[in-house]
Amino acid sequence: MKKAKEWQLRLYIAGQTPKSIMALDNIKKYAEEYLKGIYSIEIIDLMLNPQLAEGDQILAVPTLVRKFPEPIRKIIGDLSNEEKVLVGLNIKPLIQ
Amino acid sequence: MAKVKSISKTTDLSFPKTPTGVNGLDEITNGGFPQGRPTLICGGAGCGKTLLSMQFLIKGILDYNEPGVFMSFEETAKDLSLNVKSLGFDIEKLKQQKKLVIDHVRVERSEIDEAGEYDLEGLFIRLGHAIDTVKAKRVVLDTLESLFAGLDNQSILRAELRRLFRWLKEKGVTAIITGERGEGMLTRQGLEEYVSDCVIVLDHRVSDQVSTRRIRIVKYRGSTHGTNEYPFLIDEDGISVLPITSLKLDNKVSSDIVPTGIPGLNEMFYAGGFYRGSNILISGTAGTAKTTIAAFFANAQCMRKEKVIYFAFEESPDQLIRNMKSVGLNLEQHIKKGLLLIHSSRPSLNGLELHLLTLRKLIKEFNPATVVIDPVSNLISVGSPQEVRSMLVRLIDMLKLNNITAMFTSLSQQNEHIRPDLSEDSVSSLIDTWITVRDLEGMGERNRGVYIIKSRGMNHSNKVREFVITPKGIELLDVEYGPNGILTGAARRTNQLNKKVSELKLQEELGRKDREITRKRNVLEANIKALRNEFESVQEELSILRASEERQAKLFTDVKKKKR
Repeated sequence: MKKAKEWQLRLYIAGQTPKSIMALDNIKKYAEEYLKGIYSIEIIDLMLNPQLAEGDQILAVPTLVRKFPEPIRKIIGDLSNEEKVLVGLNIKPLIQ
Repeated sequence: MAKVKSISKTTDLSFPKTPTGVNGLDEITNGGFPQGRPTLICGGAGCGKTLLSMQFLIKGILDYNEPGVFMSFEETAKDLSLNVKSLGFDIEKLKQQKKLVIDHVRVERSEIDEAGEYDLEGLFIRLGHAIDTVKAKRVVLDTLESLFAGLDNQSILRAELRRLFRWLKEKGVTAIITGERGEGMLTRQGLEEYVSDCVIVLDHRVSDQVSTRRIRIVKYRGSTHGTNEYPFLIDEDGISVLPITSLKLDNKVSSDIVPTGIPGLNEMFYAGGFYRGSNILISGTAGTAKTTIAAFFANAQCMRKEKVIYFAFEESPDQLIRNMKSVGLNLEQHIKKGLLLIHSSRPSLNGLELHLLTLRKLIKEFNPATVVIDPVSNLISVGSPQEVRSMLVRLIDMLKLNNITAMFTSLSQQNEHIRPDLSEDSVSSLIDTWITVRDLEGMGERNRGVYIIKSRGMNHSNKVREFVITPKGIELLDVEYGPNGILTGAARRTNQLNKKVSELKLQEELGRKDREITRKRNVLEANIKALRNEFESVQEELSILRASEERQAKLFTDVKKKKR
């Protein structure tokens, strides 16, 4: 793995709902497993900062946004489907 | 009393509505969209859904001071503001005044993956935030169905939409949701299931190469509404819906008289002209000076400082002005003074209903006392006689309501009958005063005659009057009777000449007779004198004879005495 690349992830949630908590747990788990040391996760609660929803075109909650590396990818849902998340984030080819 | 009160109270409370800000739409919805509830507007591509909803928001801000939120799933805020700028709405300004929020929601399928359960709380939060920032009363979601293309999980989507509409109702905002028309359904995704309060369908139809947009209220829970399809127009002022015929005949009438503009014609009406607010039809075959008569009428109204709109479906304003100069009419001066407006358009420019809308609009803007439409028969080329009739009914209704005097000209087909043909029959019952101009043919020439077929509420002349058009204007000639009726043209002039000749002859004859009598008297007197002379001479002779007899007798006795 190339060192210089840092993965910037952003998780949009709306309050501490079960789905949000689950999504957060899931992404932390995957990141620790596949991106250890080269990732950062920013959590944005739209209940507190509703104006931020427009910037990343958020519709559904929870939404995980991969800000970097480009291009921007979005995954919506509680991230319970590991396979889909890894494909969606484009992590899968990295580990093969 | 108490009962009456409670009834009126319930009607007051019946249904709170939000004015739409769209011309005419409030009339057919009886006041507007249901307040605090969502309304679904659906229709095919390019039928004006986005424009209608944008107009709803902007008019709400400008006219009713109700801020709004426009959530667009298709066009970006920039595109939207450009699109409506051409209609004279300045969105940017309203945004700066914090009266309007435009939020473009981009749903890009290629960017989104779905992994597990989710909800659309993000959308709710965005919408809620926008509503709260401007304290919006009106919300537009254009077009929600884009979500179906962007997201996979239909069951979540449908559940969330249901929640969205409930949530909008709780928020108390009046919302418009637009949807594409689907096959066999009002909308492609069956949005009408969720929005059950008010559903409006827009339609864009082409028949005979003329397109007409129409609007129909499919459903309006808890309220009466017009059920027909109403044509609507998109022009530089946005959308306006064609209002309905007033079904009642309760317009106020006026007994004022307006002059016809032609001195002789005034006299044919015993009241001296037309009633104000009545409608007048001038029918006739080609070249019988219908337009000229109409122009003189318009001129007369302008002379009285009353505003006139002249709708010309055959001639351009310049052509009309030039032509009327040849009969001594200067229409240009009235245009300069702002009393006359000549509006020319081809009948085939757009559908009948749009013509009607244009007429309506101009009439509203210009506020004339008189309207001339020259000719109505041309409109038949755009629609069937029945459609023309229905349009005229609406037009006449509107004119009567505003107490506008209207003159229509109508070209009738050349035929043998003195009564006009069918196309006019269809409008005749709507017309108050009907004047016909026609060709009077005879002795190898053509003359023009005018007569009144009917004039409601006014006694009128029954004569066919010949008229001539001179560079000074229209002149109605005195009636000239011949052995076979009224004489016109050369026959009239011949008749006049003959009359003059025989008059002269009579004069001469009389003179001659006079002289003869004088002569006879002279002869008589001479005769009397001669006879008297004769008589006197006989008398004298007799007395001489008698004297000589006496002298003889005396002599005889003297002789006898001497003898003795």
